[in-house]
Amino acid sequence: MRLSLRIAGLSLALAAAAFSQDADWTTFSGNTLGHRFSPLKQIDRTNVAGLKPLWVYQIDKTDKFEASPIVRDNIMYVSEPPSDVTALETRTGKVLWKYRRVLPDTLPVCCGKVNRGVAIEGDKVYLGTLDAHLLALDASTGHIVWDATVAPYQKGYSSTVAPLVVKDLVIIGSAGGEFGVRGFLAAYNKDTGKEVWRTWTVPAKGEKGAGSWKAESYKSGSATTWVSSTYDPELNTLYVGTGNPGPDWTGGSREGDNLYSDSLLALDAATGKMKWYFQFTPHDVHDWDATQVPVLADLPWQGAARKLVLFANRNAFYYVFDRESGEFLLGKQYVRQTWAKGLDDKGRPMVAPGTEPTATGNLVYPNSPGATNYQAPSFSPLTRLHYVMTRDEGGLFYTGDDAYHEGNWFLAGRFISKPGEDAKAAIKAMDPASGTPKWEYPLAFPSWAGVLSTAGGLVFSATGDGDAIALDDSSGKLLWKFPTGGRPYANPVSYLSEGKQQVAICIGHAVYAFGL
Amino acid sequence: MSRKFLIILSLSVVVAQAQLPKDAASLAAGKKLYEYHCAFCHGRGDDGFAANLVNPHLPHAPTDSSLFNVVKNGIPGTDMAASLGMSDKEIWQVAAFVRTLGRSAAQKVPGDPAKGAAAFRTRCSGCHMVNGSGGRMGPDLSDIGAKRSPANLRTSILDANASIVPGWAMARVTLADGSRVSGVKINEDQFSIMVREGSGKIHHIAKADARQIDVDSKSSMPSYQGVIPDDEVADLVAYLFSLRGGL
Repeated sequence: MRLSLRIAGLSLALAAAAFSQDADWTTFSGNTLGHRFSPLKQIDRTNVAGLKPLWVYQIDKTDKFEASPIVRDNIMYVSEPPSDVTALETRTGKVLWKYRRVLPDTLPVCCGKVNRGVAIEGDKVYLGTLDAHLLALDASTGHIVWDATVAPYQKGYSSTVAPLVVKDLVIIGSAGGEFGVRGFLAAYNKDTGKEVWRTWTVPAKGEKGAGSWKAESYKSGSATTWVSSTYDPELNTLYVGTGNPGPDWTGGSREGDNLYSDSLLALDAATGKMKWYFQFTPHDVHDWDATQVPVLADLPWQGAARKLVLFANRNAFYYVFDRESGEFLLGKQYVRQTWAKGLDDKGRPMVAPGTEPTATGNLVYPNSPGATNYQAPSFSPLTRLHYVMTRDEGGLFYTGDDAYHEGNWFLAGRFISKPGEDAKAAIKAMDPASGTPKWEYPLAFPSWAGVLSTAGGLVFSATGDGDAIALDDSSGKLLWKFPTGGRPYANPVSYLSEGKQQVAICIGHAVYAFGL
Repeated sequence: MSRKFLIILSLSVVVAQAQLPKDAASLAAGKKLYEYHCAFCHGRGDDGFAANLVNPHLPHAPTDSSLFNVVKNGIPGTDMAASLGMSDKEIWQVAAFVRTLGRSAAQKVPGDPAKGAAAFRTRCSGCHMVNGSGGRMGPDLSDIGAKRSPANLRTSILDANASIVPGWAMARVTLADGSRVSGVKINEDQFSIMVREGSGKIHHIAKADARQIDVDSKSSMPSYQGVIPDDEVADLVAYLFSLRGGL
């Protein structure tokens, strides 16, 4: 709170939500607003050069390690591939307990047996699993307290997202957008594991938006929710991005806008009822999921304070909305793209002709991995900058067979990176007021790491080839690096361990904890 | 989708056609083959240096067909090698024997599970968790019926030291100031010991700061021989044997 008083423009309630647990890191993004900002400042610009590894915890799996750890009361809870959890002491990295899930031997997962993190509340740790269950584990032993089946994995459903606890609900998203599932976001009672609400992200026949799908194509419409939601406690509203429509690269069987794929949804947290939506990429045929973390910030907008949601999208446009009304305020290209001539005054893209996938391959920017993807962004209320991991690369997009078979791949095409061209990448410090970067830190290779900013004036992330790095949050100047030798697919976090600040990130197949 | 170029085809699992044989001759043949091919690493199932097979939920073999595939093809990236010189029939026999190590056969047992559940709540749930309810001082028993035979469960109730589950030793630490900490020992190394109290609170104690450390080598569970009536023991066994963790 002390810190929040110095931040003009932030309401006290919002600031309290943002900074009430300075010592810990208790949600996916550090707070429910999606900031991935730590108010800690023991590690700052003047001493970060002396940052060193304190301990390393190695996992015994070879799948990608995408977890964003949770830390509370000097204990770190980290999910491991495929659907496991380990509790570690933050001072030493010693294991306190392990939960190991036995999974079915035929799991339809698109992109590795991964998990992006757990949630914690009271005496329970919550985990979404690859067989589409939601588990509550006892926080002190790892024993299962309840186990809820969220969806049938045999149909292609899985859960890779870090759940989010909102009041007495655990919010869990769906994955399986490459298997023709019908996407949803669901809420379960945190104590009993009973489902409280479920909001389908693809409307059924007769529901509003159903006309945006040809014939029965909505049934395999995907629009999954595989990156954590954010939550505004004042408005009691959840903000969630949805994934690609199914099938990915051939759109003839699903003519129409395909609501609510590639969209930002604002949902009433108590009921799941939709308050408003915005579709970034209507009738997407390039697999540009809008599953980025919606960042909730209160900033001056053209002279008046306004509740905003900031969204750096995979489709290469940067967006700002009023998060109460859903009004589109700004949309600007922030990474090279060739698919749209621009956005109209409502934010709808003016699609350039001849940019659809073809049988022989059609070159379009950005590539399928997009301008950014599931790498979590960061927003610093001190600099008012929105830090985003970006990628600049073209792709050749191909059409394919669009027949649907339950529980099987539903891609209808493919893509390759543009031959002969190396992908470029950069961490960009976006100014929400203008939609332009204040600075860029170029990377030699694209990175799947997210970004953390701190009150110490620092931005932490990792390079594609495995260096943990710290940048000056105002200039982008490199201040520290530590080579781990692994590939990063995860997001950094910061917390106090027995009063001392640590920064932790999963790189390669290990958790690295750094401190002074 | 996040990254098509990293697609992992996880659906193409070879589904074996046959089934686990259950007859005594096949199990005997499987035991013999196990001793020849498997025991070098797996010991008697839970005392080798390779994975513990005395487990109803084998992580790499949740189904019978996946168990067959693990025995036949090994587990890539690990020391578990593919089988050499065994026919498919013999692999099924080994698989059938391995399953008997980890899963007790379902059978009718005397006693009333409902009465046993009530007795469990009174006598056992202070320390043991079942399906999310209970204490933290002993193992979670939600699938104990799939792991143990009725006779083994009965023995463990009457003599807690007959079969000790590792990882649940009680530690009592007296600190330099005379204060005491006791609970489950969850870690111990050259320099420190970690103890979890029944409340879930964890203490990490430097050995240099401790005046005395005692770690039980015996079970901290009381033995109920002569303490509870025979029919109540039978009810408890019936209840515990009914806890099969969904198997």
